[in-house]
Amino acid sequence: MIASGRADEQLPVIARFEVRYRNYLAPDGAINRKLPAFASDTRLLVTLYRAMVLVRAFDLKAVALQRTGRLGTYAASLGQEAVSVGVASAMREEDVLLPSYRDNAALIWRGVKLEDILLFWGGDERGNRFSGPVQDFPFCIPVGSQAPQAAGVAYAFKLRKEPRVAVCLFGDGATSKGDVWEAMNFAGVHRLPVVFVVTNNQWAISVPLRLQTASETLAQKAIAAGFIGEQVDGNDVVAMHAAAEAAIDAARNGQGPHFIEAVTYRLGDHTTADDAARYRPTEEVQARWKEEPIARLRSFLAGQNVWSKTEEERLAAECQQRIDAAVERYLAVEPRAPETMFDHLYAKLPKAYAAQRRELEGGS
Amino acid sequence: MAEVTLVEAVNLALARAMEDDPAVVVFGEDVGINGGVFRATVGLQQRFGSERVFDTPLAELLISGLCVGMAAQGLKPVGEIQFMGFIYPCIDQLVNHASRLRNRTQGRLSCPMVLRTPHGGGIRAPEHHSESTEAMLTHIPGLRVVIPSSPERAYGLLLAAIRDPDPVVFLEPTRIYRAAKGEVEDNGEALPLDVAFVLREGRDVTLISWGAMVKETLAAAETLDAEGISAEVIDLATLKPYDEDTLLGSVAKTGRCVIVHEAARTGGFGAEIAALIAERGLTSLLAPVTRVTGYDTVMPLPRLEQHYMPSVGRIVAAARKANEFS
Repeated sequence: MIASGRADEQLPVIARFEVRYRNYLAPDGAINRKLPAFASDTRLLVTLYRAMVLVRAFDLKAVALQRTGRLGTYAASLGQEAVSVGVASAMREEDVLLPSYRDNAALIWRGVKLEDILLFWGGDERGNRFSGPVQDFPFCIPVGSQAPQAAGVAYAFKLRKEPRVAVCLFGDGATSKGDVWEAMNFAGVHRLPVVFVVTNNQWAISVPLRLQTASETLAQKAIAAGFIGEQVDGNDVVAMHAAAEAAIDAARNGQGPHFIEAVTYRLGDHTTADDAARYRPTEEVQARWKEEPIARLRSFLAGQNVWSKTEEERLAAECQQRIDAAVERYLAVEPRAPETMFDHLYAKLPKAYAAQRRELEGGS
Repeated sequence: MAEVTLVEAVNLALARAMEDDPAVVVFGEDVGINGGVFRATVGLQQRFGSERVFDTPLAELLISGLCVGMAAQGLKPVGEIQFMGFIYPCIDQLVNHASRLRNRTQGRLSCPMVLRTPHGGGIRAPEHHSESTEAMLTHIPGLRVVIPSSPERAYGLLLAAIRDPDPVVFLEPTRIYRAAKGEVEDNGEALPLDVAFVLREGRDVTLISWGAMVKETLAAAETLDAEGISAEVIDLATLKPYDEDTLLGSVAKTGRCVIVHEAARTGGFGAEIAALIAERGLTSLLAPVTRVTGYDTVMPLPRLEQHYMPSVGRIVAAARKANEFS
């Protein structure tokens, strides 16, 4: 820690803070410390595992679709599946998710159809009219700008005395933005039911964390806003689920906001338009593969004798089948008529734009 | 009916909207116990409580972002930005979120918010307190930009803005906050958005303006009338989407058009109107469309601002010149 004031001045210390770190499973699947109670339900852990495997297979397929010209630019979540799955699995349906563009695993967990996600990245706004919880926000692309919105959502919950929580996901780069600070500051003042989760995947496109911040942790940023920030092993889905569940429950019970720094690693490129090899050493990525979340949980489940090679093969086949069917449905979606770009511009199209709409219809 | 100032009409409309609809929430910097730096929100916190009327931290981006989050949840947030020069941190939320939430979710979510801010100069304010960058906002698809020019229209248009299902930026002409007085019946009746108001009918020249400049424009029409030039005066009121039909109809009648705004000339909203008339009203024109505007300079500090703002004399001169064409 960097102390304020020179040591030889002997100034009194008026405040001290600490940041806790949460981890249960070691990279090899061994148990590091006593597991939380929910982990004795291995069915839940298997469900979390299945969700992570599905999203990894989905990401692979999405990238392949992009490479073959059947999808637009896409942001895969390779290596950080445990963050989104761990958080989303701790939410209730009536809570509201405000995701970043890389949080497709959270959307899928919450019931958004795979073809809807493909449709959005395939260049069609109808993908955001998705089938999941109707009040969830769409992917947020301007980094961190969903954080003040999350505070607004949480304020509405508090005003109406609804036992609901806003859950806001963003990346490490977003913590450098005023948006995130302004939202956290306000959430702290009003003790809002909001949980901020930063997916610290070490890289904001080509900028490493050490150039993003001089903070020892990102979690400590919550301290300045007046609430708890904790650091969690973001490759340990048990830890992510436990941290998110505790934070969301506390927020629901009127204990105010919470900040979770999920420490993980983006194993892939930033998006399909990026080549991470330009700025990131191969050895670093290879080393980080040893910590990734799916193999870790698989090792643990296998050690518990609740997961086998046969089940793994069956799951892979199921995922493939589900994804292929979704791709088929996505590719079968007919483009909208051009003039429909006006349909949801305003609740009712102003008269001034009727003529522009007709231009697209081939009219006047 | 009581005679009120424009800022009092804003206050009346906010109170009426809050009374009628528990979803209406008012917030911003100093809007609570202080009642806002211009007193637009005075008494609201005492009347409606500190949950529905509250002071935010000093963070404009937050105010606009809160609006988006609350609006998506079905509240009717009315955020206040203290001066237009401080609205720029809100642009990200306005462009990327508020104005397109309905479209990007194809109607699944919407954003019925209002962002209020004082607009324009002429009050001898410090730097950054006299901005009139409305054209920047009118370029944002999905947004509404509204500027009243009288207490009656401030009341009616603000009620309409709050009840509108889409995001509205409501610009309040600072210079006439107290200078404009008029009778306003607090009857809860809104005025229509997207509609221009013909304040004075005429046959020789159309004068189009909005906000505080409507005052000088009406005064210019009086002067012209004494010279035998009959000027039609239109208060545009909603700049986006704007009432093309009323403008074109008036120019078809008068054949001449002078556009008056205090914002800088290049890319100002007057350019949009001039383009509309060139595209769709050319055959009725008897003279070139002209603009009387602020200059393409930074809004000067108070010692020079009166030279920047269009004067009655400049408007009259432009209308006379237009009338020299036959």
